[in-house]
Amino acid sequence: MSKAKTFKGGIHPSYNKDLSSKAETRELPLPAEVIIPLSMHIGAPAKCLVKRGDLVKTGQVIGEAGGFISAPVHASISGKVKAVQPVEHPMGKRLEAVIIEGDGKDEWIELAPVENPLGADKETLLNAIKAAGIVGMGGATFPSNVKLSPPANKPIDFVILNGAECEPYLTADHRIMLEKAEYIVKGLEIAARILNVKKLFIGIEVNKPDAIKVMRKALGKKGTVVPLEVKYPQGSEKQLISAITGREVPPKNLPMEVGAVVFNVGTAYAIYDAVYNGKPLLSRIVTVTGRGVKKPGNFQVRIGTSVAEVVEFSGGYNDNARQLILGGPMMGRSVATDGVPIIKGTGGILVLPEKEMVTDSYSACIRCGRCIKACPNRLNPQLLGSMIPMGLYDRIEELGIKESVLDYCFECGSCTYVCPAGRPLVQFFQLAKVYFRTKKSK
Amino acid sequence: MENRTFAVANSPHVHDNSSIQKIMWNVFLALIPATFVSVYAFGFQAARVIAVSTIAAVVFEYIALLFMKRDWRACFDGSAAVTGLLLGLTLPSNISTGIILIGSFVAIIIAKQVFGGLGHNPFNPALTARVFLLIAFPGPLTTWPLPRGLENASKFMGVATTKVADAVTTATPLGAIKQNAVQAMPNININDLVFGLQTPGSIGEISALALLLGGIWLLYKKIITWHIPVAVIASVGFVALITWRIDPKHYADPFFHFFAGGLFIGAFFMATDYVTAPIFSTGKLIYGAGVGLLTIIIRLWGGYPEGISFAILIMNAVTPLLDRWTVPKPFGFQKVRSKS
Repeated sequence: MSKAKTFKGGIHPSYNKDLSSKAETRELPLPAEVIIPLSMHIGAPAKCLVKRGDLVKTGQVIGEAGGFISAPVHASISGKVKAVQPVEHPMGKRLEAVIIEGDGKDEWIELAPVENPLGADKETLLNAIKAAGIVGMGGATFPSNVKLSPPANKPIDFVILNGAECEPYLTADHRIMLEKAEYIVKGLEIAARILNVKKLFIGIEVNKPDAIKVMRKALGKKGTVVPLEVKYPQGSEKQLISAITGREVPPKNLPMEVGAVVFNVGTAYAIYDAVYNGKPLLSRIVTVTGRGVKKPGNFQVRIGTSVAEVVEFSGGYNDNARQLILGGPMMGRSVATDGVPIIKGTGGILVLPEKEMVTDSYSACIRCGRCIKACPNRLNPQLLGSMIPMGLYDRIEELGIKESVLDYCFECGSCTYVCPAGRPLVQFFQLAKVYFRTKKSK
Repeated sequence: MENRTFAVANSPHVHDNSSIQKIMWNVFLALIPATFVSVYAFGFQAARVIAVSTIAAVVFEYIALLFMKRDWRACFDGSAAVTGLLLGLTLPSNISTGIILIGSFVAIIIAKQVFGGLGHNPFNPALTARVFLLIAFPGPLTTWPLPRGLENASKFMGVATTKVADAVTTATPLGAIKQNAVQAMPNININDLVFGLQTPGSIGEISALALLLGGIWLLYKKIITWHIPVAVIASVGFVALITWRIDPKHYADPFFHFFAGGLFIGAFFMATDYVTAPIFSTGKLIYGAGVGLLTIIIRLWGGYPEGISFAILIMNAVTPLLDRWTVPKPFGFQKVRSKS
């Protein structure tokens, strides 16, 4: 095996993937009720098409795309619309959602697969993906059809599948690669056909040798599986592109700026499902893990199922469960209740016991420089993290080269992870970002 | 189903378990070999100096924290203890307890807490105190008792010793060649400088080997990076090599300059002080080179036999500037394809 590729910076957290990486994906029983937020993607929320009392079938569109960067949402079970109202959303706000009471029959709409997908024209394929409401399933939830329709002046050279799964604990991508390798490759082929690209890559961290083997076999000569160094945030889109192609995406720009398009392996599977089977994005693999649950594992879950139900099916909480995180421990969101639904970007449910929680006390910066070494974007978290608590926002603007330095930060948390003073650097940056956003909008 | 509630926190939800305490106590640990050598060489007197300066530093830190209504437990974070220990290691073994107390006071109160405490001091506290003492008490700070085994020697490195009240004192190796290079140089024994058991000097600087051991520990634990020590030692060696090749009768060779004086304790433990050194690698190299050059310039042509304390303090003042000059370009900054 050639030397694993990587980017500069980053950290080596404890991965804790053994908890769930061996557990085969099990299908969760049909939930009795689903909560489907109209906003499960970056961009404009979907426009609701149903009202209280409407009968819906599995796969039926219940919200249409609300703009160019947006995605439709579908009923993930059949039943009756119980309410359309704001609910607790995994993103920490209350957002509009459609609540469907299931009839237990799981009656599907008539599916319309694309005939002869590898011979079909670009428009047909793109429409199928758009109609299926596919968004980036690695967590960023960027609508896939937008990635697949770059403007004519942005030629695409590479399509990269992201199987790095650098977030500790999570194994959903690992499982889908092992279990659905050939379909993932089919999805990749569709994306490559739409973009008219010949150079295909699948990046996988070397801590998943079985996945590398399986994907190599499935991909054959159609592209290259690139083993990646085990390092966080290797799976960050821009870091992945830099590791594989050597090109660096400027801040506030999409990967298409450097001729690359990246999909999570789960997204590639969803693209396959939409094109070959005509199925909208109705379910996803979710890893339930952490020392706060009894039996970690991986589950195929309908979108809109409550977190409580998924954990219950997995085997339930341990008594010491204290913190619930949707996503991985580095960038995942800590939520106050398990009543929130699984949405398209939820790859993991991580439950931590009290003793594994990070304390919130911190002390003065001693300028050790560990954050600078850890930052994958070569920023100076030390300086920013000293200025922001002092309110020196104007000085931050002076640091900007052309863009604000904060535009480079995607809150991966590496700096905060290594800080010996325990400073909540990510939180400081989020605070400053809010300050600049509100200032701009005034 | 009854919904469960959970504690919420901001991401990331994991931490590498590092802490300031762990870093500081590792630095303390790294100084233990040098401390042992000094206690062996200078006996009880060295132990007294080190104990007084370390304990006094922690006590002053405690008083300052109480006075400023901060969490007094921070006096045990190890930073004050390291400052105190470093100060003690830079003093002669027969120095009076009063002077040590003044030194600890200057280090903790004047050089550190007045600026806002840990993380806010522009100059290295231990060195500030040492230079203060050197200027305020030039006599006691330049009187060097002979170590164990040589207590009554009449000459050290060809230079006559002096009998004072309770000990026989002499010049340090650097002092000896400063006074009379031609006479002192034939008597240099590099082994003595490396092991430090038979050399007069500041109690902690005598054994280059013990300090190197501590320095390697810090590198191994990734508490310091190689940039500063390598730049300091390389630049000292570079100038020493040139001068020695030109005039070997008056200038000592690079090995002498490496192992004599406080180069190792300075390069590994003082110049690498996080708070007062540059934060980027390029800055660290420039800073280290500056420290090394100033040190050797003072040693060869300055008024003092040893110059590393001054060199580091001067470069401390340059640190903010270096931090501004050496900011790396962030990810994705350069390779912008055609803006259309």
